[in-house]
Amino acid sequence: MGWLFDPAHWSGTTGIPVRMAEHLGYTFVTLLVAALIAIPLGAFVGHTGRGGFLIVGLSNALRALPTTAVLILVVLWAGLGDFPVYVALVLLAIPPIMAGTYAGVRAVDPVTVDAARGVGMRESGVLLRVEIPNALPLVYGGFRGAALQVVATATIAAYTGAGGLGRLVFDGLALQEFGQMLAGAVLVALLAVLVDLAFAGLQRLTVSPGLRPAGTGGKR
Amino acid sequence: MTWIFENWARFWEVTEVHLRLSVVPVVVGFLLAVPLGWWASRSPTARTILFPLANILFTVPSIALIVITPVLLGVKILDEINVIVPLTIYTVALMVRSVADALSAVPGHVTAAANAMGFRPLRRFLTVDFPLALPVTIAGLRVATVSNISMVSVGALVGLGGYGQLFTEGYQTDHTEKVLAGLIGTVVLAVLADGLLLLAGRLLTPWARAGR
Repeated sequence: MGWLFDPAHWSGTTGIPVRMAEHLGYTFVTLLVAALIAIPLGAFVGHTGRGGFLIVGLSNALRALPTTAVLILVVLWAGLGDFPVYVALVLLAIPPIMAGTYAGVRAVDPVTVDAARGVGMRESGVLLRVEIPNALPLVYGGFRGAALQVVATATIAAYTGAGGLGRLVFDGLALQEFGQMLAGAVLVALLAVLVDLAFAGLQRLTVSPGLRPAGTGGKR
Repeated sequence: MTWIFENWARFWEVTEVHLRLSVVPVVVGFLLAVPLGWWASRSPTARTILFPLANILFTVPSIALIVITPVLLGVKILDEINVIVPLTIYTVALMVRSVADALSAVPGHVTAAANAMGFRPLRRFLTVDFPLALPVTIAGLRVATVSNISMVSVGALVGLGGYGQLFTEGYQTDHTEKVLAGLIGTVVLAVLADGLLLLAGRLLTPWARAGR
């Protein structure tokens, strides 16, 4: 663990803080783009109830797609840089978010949806003000799963020369420096836990207390 | 696609390695997860230890685990065990929860009836609890198998075998067809394995369809 605590590795343009910021940058941009694609799709299909098998089939097929291959293919087609990293990671993040949103909207009590229609809400109101808020716990479930996978997999970006904490792993591998590889591995795992904690906090702030399982502080 | 047929021998060779590196962890992981899941379904203490531990293990990236394993085990970095051990850990981490949830969901009146008929614990587990838990267990097994098949490729980044070798070679020689061949192989293998497990689940739980 000596490598990790050497102050020389914590400064400069290739220092650990910079690599960590790059890693977080990949993660957040990826999650934002993936959420913008996956949440509307999952919510729409969940709301209308049509094409559910398509969503399930598509997420399963995407899950089997090896991220390494996608990354390399996009690099071969479009050249080096951050773009191939985003394509590969967004494809990785879409299935869990889409599946979570779809399952969440489907799982909303039909009585509640009926009541919303009964008080005169339009379809858009039913979806945006009733179904999605009620589906949030499952949406977050899918989103946090995606976040974990993206933080872990962003490591691979460094294989094609991009930045992030994967640099430590691949540079360490090239130099046969196990300390550096280990430092990269530990930091990625640590980052994954921190990102998950941050989203757990966000979930607590944005999900209605009425939806919390009994016994976790929510009043029923 | 033509690359696959023109280089069939090579393609088949990496397919075999890929299969071995993904199936062995699923089998070993499953065999470890069943007793652990059983333990977690019966003891709250086991749950508070195993579930958070499984979550943490799952956050460790596969490339990191593949790189750390040789240091921890004291083997060479090009040993297949370096992929098998991490993927086994992921399988256990994923399956413990499925098995525990599935066993907890067995209705109390069913286990009570089995007890009343004089089933001993082991026989009750093997002939009542476990078969009833199979649908959820197999659902977990399918997720673990598909993600393993996709993750084996990561091993190639440090020089190990499987379809991932086609990715790295294709990348180094600017050979798109080779990368595509590996990608197609991975997806086909995942779909086949998933279908086989689905079929096995149907054959093993005929009662699940009887009531419909």
